[in-house]
Amino acid sequence: MGGKLFKNFSFFSATLSFFILIGIFSILFTYAQDSIREFGFDFLGSEIWEADEDDEEIGIFGGYIPVIGTMLSTLIAMVIATPLAMGIAIFLTEIAHKTLVKPVSIAIELLAAIPSIIYGMWGLFYFAPIVQSTFGGQGVGLLTAGIVLAIMIIPFMAAITRDAMNTVPDVLKESAYAMGATKFEVIKDVIMPYSKGGIIGSIILALGRALGETMAVAFLIGSVMAIPSSITDPTTSIPVLLANNFSEAQGLEMSSMYYLALILFVVSFAIISVAKFYFLGKKVK
Amino acid sequence: MNRLLLNKIILVLSTLSAIIGIGFLFWILITLSYKGISALHLSTFTNDLVEGGIRNLLVGQFTMALMASAIAVPIGMFAGIWLREYSNNSKLASVIRNLSDIMMSAPSIVIGVFVFALFVAPFGSYNGFAGIIALTIMMIPIIISTTDNMLSLVPKELREAGIALGGSKHKIIMQIVVKAAKVGITTGVLLSFARIIGETAPLLFTSANNQFFTMDLTGQFPSLTVSIYNLATYPDEASRELAWAASFVLTAIVLLINLTGRYMTRNKK
Repeated sequence: MGGKLFKNFSFFSATLSFFILIGIFSILFTYAQDSIREFGFDFLGSEIWEADEDDEEIGIFGGYIPVIGTMLSTLIAMVIATPLAMGIAIFLTEIAHKTLVKPVSIAIELLAAIPSIIYGMWGLFYFAPIVQSTFGGQGVGLLTAGIVLAIMIIPFMAAITRDAMNTVPDVLKESAYAMGATKFEVIKDVIMPYSKGGIIGSIILALGRALGETMAVAFLIGSVMAIPSSITDPTTSIPVLLANNFSEAQGLEMSSMYYLALILFVVSFAIISVAKFYFLGKKVK
Repeated sequence: MNRLLLNKIILVLSTLSAIIGIGFLFWILITLSYKGISALHLSTFTNDLVEGGIRNLLVGQFTMALMASAIAVPIGMFAGIWLREYSNNSKLASVIRNLSDIMMSAPSIVIGVFVFALFVAPFGSYNGFAGIIALTIMMIPIIISTTDNMLSLVPKELREAGIALGGSKHKIIMQIVVKAAKVGITTGVLLSFARIIGETAPLLFTSANNQFFTMDLTGQFPSLTVSIYNLATYPDEASRELAWAASFVLTAIVLLINLTGRYMTRNKK
């Protein structure tokens, strides 16, 4: 009797995450209806975001600026983070002395554990002035947000890449060394091809993370509804626009916010699925 | 010569990346400690936000994170148990496993928007319950994945021994399998608690914030992280100081819980 209840409750718990996911999608889709019907796919190409002062049911809302801002800040982060994360993974698997591997791994994992709001505050008061004096601009902007975003995703990317590189059998590496290959040649011709799937998977997963990151970017991107004309210009991103303006929005503007949240949700869902299915393989065991 | 030189360059660059990574960790931790400790006073812990302290914020943040854990841990564990012990690795199990992995990486702000639509908008007021639900949704997939992985490490022979003793399936699971995976699961719970207690985005428009001490979950609820976001953007020096102090306390809590979790597993092995 108790066994049956136990089994049923565990089955119910397991299916719950499925229903939450469906729930998120349908709620966002339902509340975004007004905006979807009004603007359709042109929403993505329009850069105007203007509420009507008298009537909350009209106004022109386009998602171009936050979409572009999200893409550009993520792109900057990826360009910086990928080589550094690869370097750290290579250091941990192939270069570091045994006694160093553990402390360095822990340090990198602690970097991942720091809450994103701390990155934002630190970035605003300590990093933005450095970017400003080096590259010009106002301090906050795409570049600052991109660099701090990179620091946040490096540990994540490095950890998955390291795990992938650790699966390369020693025999393969040893036979290459026996042929007179240098460490770099072993990395390039043995380790990289063997762990390719895991490495690409880690890059795509990190991309998914960077797209949805809110708090650090909110401090650093400048939160201005404007198209950036240079890399140091302030702009905004989907999560940041939601964080700052969602709760005060009304009517059609609110619906457009839900539309943006839906776009972000669907895109990250797609990106993470691609990483999981094509590159990281389905975990069976 | 050329290939040896290239080899050297790559090895130096890799080592340099590790140094850069660790450099940022220390840079952040040192500036945070420096700014945070100098702004900390005893009154910071005894006063509420309205009097320039963080007492109500700490209590609020812990209340929400603990209550979220109280819901997410059993649900996540039971889900993990179903996946590992009851599903026979069916198609449905692999679908649920993948969806839960995807949910683990879902943007936290979107979860905030979802919970706002369901639990804030209909009631017309931000409330602590909504904050707890948002954190619960973030935590469940992490617990599922930990439980699932940790149970997979328990040797089959233990389960068989249980069956040979005539134990019923759920008794075997609770008294043998879960017990054997206890340390791993506890570590997972601690790590995920450390993660949700530092979350801001899902709380922004669910619990929102409260300057006063309150335990009333039906109204705006005090949050340490949301307060940091607000305080840091105020122009006056006192607010910024308090934001640094709060950030230092938050980071210390998160890293301490994190290290405790890691230390537990290391001891066992």
